[in-house]
Amino acid sequence: MAAISREEVAHLARLSRLAVTEQELDRFAGQLDVILQSVARVGEVAAEDIPPTSHSVPLTNVYRDDVPTPSLTQDEALSGAPDAFEGRFRVPRILDEED
Amino acid sequence: MSDLTRLSAASLSKMISSRELSAVEVTTAHLDRIAAVEDRVHAFLHVDAEGALDAARRVDAGEITGPLAGVPIAVKDVVTTKGVPTTAASKILEGWKPPYDATIVERLKQAGMPILGKTNMDEFAMGSSTEYSAYGATNNPWDLGRIPGGSGGGSAAAIAAYEAPLAIGTDTGGSIRQPGAVTGTVGAKPTYGGTSRYGLIAFSSSLDTPGPCGRTVEDTALLHAVMAGHDPRDSTSINQPVPDVVAAARLGKNGDLSGVKLGVVKEFAGDGSEPGVLNSFKESLEALVKLGAEIVEVSCPHFEYALPAYYLIAPSEASSNLARFDGVRYGLRTGDDGSRSLEEVMSLTREAGFGPEVKRRIILGTYALSSGYYDAYYGQAQKVRTLITRDFQSAFEQVDVLVSPTTPFVAFPFGSRTSDPYQMYLADLFTIPTNLYGGPAISVPCGLSEGLPVGFQIMAPTMADDRMYRVAAALESAVGSFTPPEL
Amino acid sequence: MTYDEILTKYEPVIGLETHVELGTRTKMFCGCKTDFGAEPNTQVCPVCLALPGALPVANRAGIEATIRIGLALNCDIAEWCRMARKNYFYPDMPKNFQTSQYDEPLCTDGYVDVTVNGTEYRIGIERVHLEEDTGKTLHVGGATGRIHGATESLVDYNRAGIPLVEIVTKPVPGLGALAPEIAKAYVAELRDIVRSLGVSDVRMEQGSMRCDVNTSLNLPGEEWGTRTETKNVNSLRSVERAVRSEIIRQAAILDDGGKIFQETRHFQETTGDTRPGRSKETATDYRYFPEPDLVPIAPDPAWVASLRESLPEKPSVKRARLREDWGISEVDMQSVTNAGAVELIEETIAAGASPAGARKWWMGELARRANELDVDLAEVGATPAQVAALQKLVDAGKLNDKLARQVLEGVVAGEGDPADVMAARGLEVVNDTGALTKAVDDAIAANPEIAAKIRDGKVAAAGALVGAVMKTTRGQADAKAVRELLLERLGVS
Ligand SMILES: [Mg+2]
Ligand SMILES: [Zn+2]
Repeated sequence: MAAISREEVAHLARLSRLAVTEQELDRFAGQLDVILQSVARVGEVAAEDIPPTSHSVPLTNVYRDDVPTPSLTQDEALSGAPDAFEGRFRVPRILDEED
Repeated sequence: MSDLTRLSAASLSKMISSRELSAVEVTTAHLDRIAAVEDRVHAFLHVDAEGALDAARRVDAGEITGPLAGVPIAVKDVVTTKGVPTTAASKILEGWKPPYDATIVERLKQAGMPILGKTNMDEFAMGSSTEYSAYGATNNPWDLGRIPGGSGGGSAAAIAAYEAPLAIGTDTGGSIRQPGAVTGTVGAKPTYGGTSRYGLIAFSSSLDTPGPCGRTVEDTALLHAVMAGHDPRDSTSINQPVPDVVAAARLGKNGDLSGVKLGVVKEFAGDGSEPGVLNSFKESLEALVKLGAEIVEVSCPHFEYALPAYYLIAPSEASSNLARFDGVRYGLRTGDDGSRSLEEVMSLTREAGFGPEVKRRIILGTYALSSGYYDAYYGQAQKVRTLITRDFQSAFEQVDVLVSPTTPFVAFPFGSRTSDPYQMYLADLFTIPTNLYGGPAISVPCGLSEGLPVGFQIMAPTMADDRMYRVAAALESAVGSFTPPEL
Repeated sequence: MTYDEILTKYEPVIGLETHVELGTRTKMFCGCKTDFGAEPNTQVCPVCLALPGALPVANRAGIEATIRIGLALNCDIAEWCRMARKNYFYPDMPKNFQTSQYDEPLCTDGYVDVTVNGTEYRIGIERVHLEEDTGKTLHVGGATGRIHGATESLVDYNRAGIPLVEIVTKPVPGLGALAPEIAKAYVAELRDIVRSLGVSDVRMEQGSMRCDVNTSLNLPGEEWGTRTETKNVNSLRSVERAVRSEIIRQAAILDDGGKIFQETRHFQETTGDTRPGRSKETATDYRYFPEPDLVPIAPDPAWVASLRESLPEKPSVKRARLREDWGISEVDMQSVTNAGAVELIEETIAAGASPAGARKWWMGELARRANELDVDLAEVGATPAQVAALQKLVDAGKLNDKLARQVLEGVVAGEGDPADVMAARGLEVVNDTGALTKAVDDAIAANPEIAAKIRDGKVAAAGALVGAVMKTTRGQADAKAVRELLLERLGVS
């Protein structure tokens, strides 16, 4: 049985803002299915009472003091921007929740 | 002049500091070599001759001294360099010039190391062959029809092809060690937190580790010492003294390993590898025994789950880390024709800007983190990570270091593993456990299989990076080094 | 159905999520300043712009402020917790994930007591967690900056990364018809508590405190209904209106046999009702996971204990104490609190004014001015010391009420301290009896008919002559003194 369907891949692509093509959907669905069947092997390990590891270094409480450090200039901040206007990053219209 | 490119970083450094050589002539020799061989190797995405020569001049003017002052270096293109293009080998960052230097780049500059340029890699460090670079693959100097490993194939190939004596790599699942193995060079993944990630374009934050690449163990240790150490800009950076890796490498050179216990990972010493690889590995073990080392077989039962756990954790973190590439603040923007919404433009931009492997991993990671799948995939993978860490900890109660082949197979021909992504993933089978644990590991050339280099991996406990350098240097002294055919 | 009829039939359950922007000097995860009103994109760096490669480092002051808020809300402080990434795409969020907290908040399980109509209600606090603010988006080309119909948007990331504390209540059932008022009282109390800690300026109108309101209705004895989440509630009054309008809207649907859908709605300041927001289909899966770039937070118990010991007096306790000291009613204390005048009056009294005098100026003339200027009372332009000095001049008889108001006007206009303004504007009460006697005699001579009437016993007519004297002395005389002198000169007293 397939671990992941073409529709699921399409949904995940939308969620990750990837305008994948129909051909890609076909290819990815097949490949991801193989990958998922392989990685699903983690489920074989009995780990019920094992704590998860999110960080490999046992560090806690790493903080900085509330002291300002230099920021970029506006020009530096906008230097890589695909589009900018009057000191701000310009983007196309944002889909309205009411649209 | 071209002879200069064959010298070790240690020799170059001595000759520059004694003024036998000028930093400018050393840098020029490497720039000339790059110009001569790049059409065949394609190790670099960007060469910064001016910047490198400027740095060299400052060393010659006596402004900077130090252990590697004047020794040129190549930097993997996933590390930010102020004003110098940094793309992570992706179309989505084509032409981007960072307004800041990574901490490790700052340290190279402070050490007076001229930065020759930025090296090729798999896009966003996702891959084991550099075939996923958006700017074309790098060719292995040992056989131009074969992969140089990945993701740091450019850094490894550059030093194997004598374009640079040293290079910076980054290792998330083996991206320093596996390219080192298949190009006959040395590559070390330091302890996670031992080298700063500030300025390293994140692939998988909890695994990414910058590290040194060189042609000898001592050179690699010298670079390790320059780049490592606490960085307050990286919250996961360890605030402890860096182990004396240079002294350890020099100690190992003496070829005495008496009293050192090497643990052979049972699970990685069997048929998972090509026969030629296993052969070289076994011969190396014998050589190490002759140097006085004791061999102990150690079982790490959860290592077989490392690869699946890695391919859940790394893509999950990547799917989040790569969300920032949206065409708003920097990089590519596609499809903004005045009629489309931001959502459409973002999706078109990411579609056009990312290559297939990056998209696969983003989708895979998005899946593994989705509500309903989190516990079975990402959550379970993190538990497996705990068990792998425990395997390491109990192994290190018995032995000083663990050893295995670096990668199951030698450099493979281009195109042979791209159609089935999982076949590519197997290249990192032996290197991944270390990343999940966070400890250091190094790959040293240990022999040839059908004329192609084989790598020997040494894994040490966290913050015991010096231990692996000692064993690596001893092995190097026993088996010698391996020189690729003339290009 | 009227509102009261609805509440005899249905029981509301409310919940509130409040975001408070902390007043730290720098952002939560980088050293950029947090100054309000800076030029766009000048308080940004690789970290808060999410440039490739940049990494966060947590601001200790942000952690401390969150813990102090948690302690002030009677919460347990986590011994160990992590930040988490909340993943969703939005252009005001540079990383396209918000660094927040998920299942391991810093503070849990507290409460706030509020008093409405003399009855105390306990509002349970589910959690207090730390996160970061987004940038600001300007919508261009549509109607008055709205996203709807805009042709493009402009983004400023100065605010991106400023620490935000999110305070979430437990669901509160059983409030009946008072639910809207209690919701408002809770937010007001929360605001006072946070303000007393000095960790935020908690100004709803400037967005440093923002509220989301959850509302559901159920029939008595039945399970709680489906809740809606109303966003964009940006004043105390709106909190009350939003709950009330959502109760009315939901009741109408339920009465019609309809169903309530779990959805996000937006409060409309102009109409006072709520409108639908993001629809169910686009509801995002946030894919939370522990933030790998930040290490866990494990507050030292000794540190937490010292923070607990150094908490300021609770606003409710302090209010009760001051009310007693000042001798005012509960209602008057409420209006002082609502005006944000508690500390100002307290300081004015400390500077030597009487409680009545101090309250009179802040709640009267200065409150009116603040309202006109649309600024906070504290920023109206007069300090407690100045107000106290003004009151002393009145008490000493150097200023009458009318003159004092003029002096205060000068103080607010930045002309200096009351004594300076009084001198510069020549506003001192005329106490020179010679000059005053002459003015009175002049007034009598100029108005012989009125003077005659007064002499005849029509004392009520004296007002006209007092007025005349006040006019010639340009209001600087004491009206009472003038009247006495006048009657004396006319031989009536
Ligand atoms: Mg929130
Ligand atoms: Zn910043």
